Amino acid sequence: MHGTKTLTEADRLMTVCNSCRYCEGLCAVFPAMEMRRSFSDGDLNYLANLCHGCGACYVDCQFAPPHEFNVNVPRTLAIARAESWSAYAWPRSCAGLFARNGLVIAIVAALSVAAFIIGFAAFNDRAVLYGVHTGPGAFYALVPHNAMATLFGAAFVYAVVALIMGVRAFWRDIGEPIGMRADAPSLFQAMRDAGELRYLDGGGVGCFNDDERPIDRRRLYHHFTFYGFLLCFAATSVATLYHYLFAREAPYPWWDLPVVLGTAGGVGLLIGPIGLFAAKWQRDAALLDETRMGMDAAFIAMLFLTSLSGMALLLLRATQAMGPLLALHLGFVFALFITLPYGKFVHGLYRYVALVRYARERRMMAAAGGGPE
Amino acid sequence: MVDLSRKFDVLVIGGGNAALCAAISARRSGASVLVLEGAPKFYRGGNTRHTRNMRCAHDAATDILTGPYTEEEFFEDLLRVTGGQTDEDLARLMIAESKDILTWIVDQGVRWQPSLGGTLSLGRTNSFFLGGGRAMLNALYLTAEQLGVEILYDAEVLDLDIQDGMFLSATLKQGDDRAQAKATTLVAAAGGFEANIEWLREYWGEAADNFLIRGTPYNRGAILKLLLANGVQEVGDPTQCHAVAIDARAPKFDGGIITRHDSVVFGIVVNRDAARFYDEGEDIWPKRYAIWGRLVAAQPGQIAYIVFDASVRNSFMPTLFPPIEGGSIAELAAKLELDPAALETTIADFNAAVRPGTFDHTILDDCRTEGLTPPKTHWARKIETPPYLAYPVRPGITFTYLGTRVNRESRMLMTDGKPSANMFAAGEIMAGNVLGKGYAAGIGMTIGSVFGRIAGREAAKNARN
Repeated sequence: MHGTKTLTEADRLMTVCNSCRYCEGLCAVFPAMEMRRSFSDGDLNYLANLCHGCGACYVDCQFAPPHEFNVNVPRTLAIARAESWSAYAWPRSCAGLFARNGLVIAIVAALSVAAFIIGFAAFNDRAVLYGVHTGPGAFYALVPHNAMATLFGAAFVYAVVALIMGVRAFWRDIGEPIGMRADAPSLFQAMRDAGELRYLDGGGVGCFNDDERPIDRRRLYHHFTFYGFLLCFAATSVATLYHYLFAREAPYPWWDLPVVLGTAGGVGLLIGPIGLFAAKWQRDAALLDETRMGMDAAFIAMLFLTSLSGMALLLLRATQAMGPLLALHLGFVFALFITLPYGKFVHGLYRYVALVRYARERRMMAAAGGGPE
Repeated sequence: MVDLSRKFDVLVIGGGNAALCAAISARRSGASVLVLEGAPKFYRGGNTRHTRNMRCAHDAATDILTGPYTEEEFFEDLLRVTGGQTDEDLARLMIAESKDILTWIVDQGVRWQPSLGGTLSLGRTNSFFLGGGRAMLNALYLTAEQLGVEILYDAEVLDLDIQDGMFLSATLKQGDDRAQAKATTLVAAAGGFEANIEWLREYWGEAADNFLIRGTPYNRGAILKLLLANGVQEVGDPTQCHAVAIDARAPKFDGGIITRHDSVVFGIVVNRDAARFYDEGEDIWPKRYAIWGRLVAAQPGQIAYIVFDASVRNSFMPTLFPPIEGGSIAELAAKLELDPAALETTIADFNAAVRPGTFDHTILDDCRTEGLTPPKTHWARKIETPPYLAYPVRPGITFTYLGTRVNRESRMLMTDGKPSANMFAAGEIMAGNVLGKGYAAGIGMTIGSVFGRIAGREAAKNARN
């Protein structure tokens, strides 16, 4: 017996798939499945988070709907995945934020932006708010550095704690002792697999999205998005080091490292999310977890708006628009951070952990001298 | 929309591996090609949807094949499974051509992978399709479309206009209407008749009603029947079909590979009277796999039960349908609607006859019965650990052997022995030329790809002249 209807269906599908195994070469999910004969809730949540949604097993399946066996692994695992994130949410009272997630994120973003704009207006007089500020410390004319650092530091720490607690719950659910210590090879293997999106390519043929033709570009757009995000994060980190180590205050000239990294990342975060959103829009309805379109769209939109406001700020920072744009950008960034544990962002962490688990299983099996079965 | 007013160079009837290989090969030879697939798009491809590998000769190991499989060894395997019922000339041609198919099929977009978990015995001889048969079909259809092959789905062919062994046109269903498709040459690649229960009943009587059809419900043999009625020479035993034991709970059609059972060696098999009827330990996979369908077909009600106990429940691949369980033999018998006393006696007799030995299901081991009829000559172990378990099984029909005789050009031969002017055949519809009986894993796909490719090429050449 399983905890949810979704997991009951996932169990049914894995039982069908385990007696077929044609999809073994497509990704990590099916080899992981073959290591088991029966499936606990934790096993199914592990497989669900291991699935990248490439769609190959659906278009390749002779038992896909309208066949009476009604095998639709990508869709079922997508639903199971999203339900698992809600179940792992910390604190527990926030689990409900995954339902109607698009609305939640939109409201948080709107409130956050409004708060920054009102705050800027309340603490600065009009001349300062709409003034032209240039040179080091220009941003801090509007909001004191310590206030900004405290606010964003707190948001960041909160997000990190909540994410760690969620991952902990996942790690326990899939039956691993806490802590991945002492298995550096698996951690590294998973990093490589995640970094190149090894399992988002249908086993080498490519991904499927609109129909049975492997013309999908999600992998490329995900790379733009993911590496764009990392570059922006790197930009912020470098800027933090500049500030505290070298007492060099933002904004920095266009050729300086934080701006170069941030601009490159920002471009990625404009192109990537547009591509991902278009793919989501064109996706075969049979593969979609429609009830969670809002969650996917909200995260994509938040990344896009964060980048767009940041790029606008960069271009117009020497004008009167700097004040309002800074408020807008900070509003989006703040909202992005505090909602990270309660939206699509978590997929990356859980998938990484699932990949670590998979790498461990493969290594253990190789050590035991066998392949699947 | 496909313009049916034009005359195509090559008309391909069918939509599986053989049909698509023929269509692609004809198109690559410069012909205009129309494919008529009787099934809707999802069910396109006939039994190819359910396949997973192809047997090709190769002189050295490859990325995915663990060692060489020479033409001679392939031919010997074919001789063994068919008991010599093969056209040696065509068989050797097919085997020689199969070598090149390994790369040709990749050029058509199909991807290989190493043998699947649980099929290590095929790792040297058989190349597996990445993602299975439907993935292979998707690749072939995509390539055909890109080359400009015209494809119609739901295009059931109702009649063929054939004059003196020369194909003129086909009448097909188009919604509620009928249409004509005209072409200079015909490639028939429309499969066998295993899904036509009425036809099977002609040879098997009422037993045929209890057969389950493992593959497509669309292989009703209409094209085969039309060709034979128009003077094409037949080949293969019309009364025979390839059958394996599959789960009795499987759907009537299209249950595919996942309904199979290969647990016979781990227990005993009883019929409706709770009596054993054949040596469960006679031979290793895949030979035993191929005989049990026929054995069950000969039992009353065409049903049998593989009975085993808890000690071996995890010794074979997980199954789609769970085994039926009973805490005692009587309880299991009741659930199977068998006579409890009879099943208890059968198992007690069997257990009493089991001699000690060292169990190894990968070889013909020394675990056997003594003084029992029929004996279990290998892998015999007592059934004594509750819960007791059983799978109900019925004959699952894979394919039929009756077909059209062809020559080395894959051109059909007429009853007078002369080659047809413009008709070719490929795939299951002509498999009986090389596979008179029996089966070897993956050989159906070899027949389809090799003769499909030949038929397409020759039909294109024929159309040009």
